[in-house]
Amino acid sequence: MSTTMRINGKAFQSSSAPNARLLDVLRNECDLKGTKEGCGEGECGACAVLVNGRLVNSCLVPLGQMERAEITTVEGLPEDSALAQAFVQCGATQCGICTPGMMLAATALLAEYANPTLEEIRWGLSGNLCRCTGYGRIYAAIAQVAGGFADV
Amino acid sequence: MSDWIRPRHLPEALEILATAPGPYRVISGGTDLMVECHLAPERRPESWLDISGLRELQGLQITEEGIRIGAATSLEAIRRHAEVVAHWPMLAASAAVTGAPPIQNRATLGGNVCNASPAADNAPTLLAYGARLEIVHHHGSRWLPYGDFHLGYRKTALQPGELLSALWIPYPPKHSRGYFRKVGTRAAQAIAKVSIAALIEVNSDGIIQSAHFGMASVAATPCALPSVSQYLLGRALCDIADMQVRQKVKQDIAPIQDIRSTTAYRLEIASRLVLEAIHKRSESKKEN
Ligand SMILES: Cc1cc2nc3c(=O)[nH]c(=O)nc-3n(C[C@H](O)[C@H](O)[C@H](O)COP(=O)(O)OP(=O)(O)OC[C@H]3O[C@@H](n4cnc5c(N)ncnc54)[C@H](O)[C@@H]3O)c2cc1C
Ligand code: FES
Ligand code: FES
Repeated sequence: MSTTMRINGKAFQSSSAPNARLLDVLRNECDLKGTKEGCGEGECGACAVLVNGRLVNSCLVPLGQMERAEITTVEGLPEDSALAQAFVQCGATQCGICTPGMMLAATALLAEYANPTLEEIRWGLSGNLCRCTGYGRIYAAIAQVAGGFADV
Repeated sequence: MSDWIRPRHLPEALEILATAPGPYRVISGGTDLMVECHLAPERRPESWLDISGLRELQGLQITEEGIRIGAATSLEAIRRHAEVVAHWPMLAASAAVTGAPPIQNRATLGGNVCNASPAADNAPTLLAYGARLEIVHHHGSRWLPYGDFHLGYRKTALQPGELLSALWIPYPPKHSRGYFRKVGTRAAQAIAKVSIAALIEVNSDGIIQSAHFGMASVAATPCALPSVSQYLLGRALCDIADMQVRQKVKQDIAPIQDIRSTTAYRLEIASRLVLEAIHKRSESKKEN
């Protein structure tokens, strides 16, 4: 049995078992190591990817549910995008473990709210933990891309 | 190699469950099951029945009496649904505090109920609204009041071969007001220390016409508060004795001591939440 999906715009056929975690397929079969494993329990968001445009934790997604899914990992985000630049400029990344998940959470958030309030940014990133930055710089980076914090 | 079946239609799924009941493990959004598999790989199921492709279990439909929610509908779809927000705000609120966005995008309402955690955040809401469950089997279906679903710690009324297909919630009474609150350690993704939903109906003379509660994390199962409801029924708002209410709360719940909290803390919080639900309902405050 194999599962066919599109990963970062390219067709991919996985031969892993259907109960394999999408996280392991991405890292080991596709060699997309940008997707990290933090907790393996859905708590930290280091493994976050987009499935059909929605933010999910790939450690909780079984391959068997991914037939024909459209998957975006951090490698599939445009290089040197405004978001990436803002992360650099605002110092929103330190050790970097959370950064791929944060960028995908930010991408999902900005797709929905072009001009998010601080509260919306906090909500959009509430499934992603960062042990280094204290979050403020990450929120600032997202606000910068959106042209500043929206007024409440 | 594990066996994974993802049927498109309900009869096919029920046929599989009926012919091979024991070994097939039902998976919906997987947010509970995948964690279980990670923590106890030795107990990982061999055969999986994936219900996420069943159209019959998806989506929300408004009827004359209320709303029917397919068991495999995501919490994300539920919390955003305009009718849910308008008529069942406590459900929108409880779905919105069940984990963070990446969890809500996958987690289903049916999964939250069938996983049968005493801390399930949507359980109080469903109890307070008087939800009914539609349970299907190879040979037919049955209805069950949600209040009869939890039989004991993580034990439900689901029989082998049965699936939860939908949850049905009636419109709240006209003059009722809801109150939902989750007390946890942090806003997102924290397992509740206590959560409560209350639906209280008061007439123009200030007499309580009906009062329904649901609480999570205060007993081995999510529970209603029958003694509190009984005490309030027919009573004038101005005649409520807080000490009496506290006494009734104590009768109705059996909080445990665990890593998240002590028994005494849970009892105190539960009492305060019930009192707040009763007294705040007279203000037109939005639940959160
Ligand atoms: C990081 C994290 C945070 C969380 N935060 C919360 C929280 O704040 N509050 C909370 O209440 N929960 C929380 N959860 C738990 C979980 O997300 C919810 O319980 C969710 O609703 C489960 O739904 P699911 O579809 O993912 O269930 P699954 O994991 O697919 O299934 C759960 C169980 O229900 C059974 N099942 C599922 N659907 C059916 C059906 N239709 N018929 C029969 N059996 C069925 C399965 O066999 C399994 O035993 C959290 C989980 C994680 C990982
Ligand atoms: S590794 Fe998936 S959420 Fe932490
Ligand atoms: S930068 Fe280190 S965890 Fe966020």
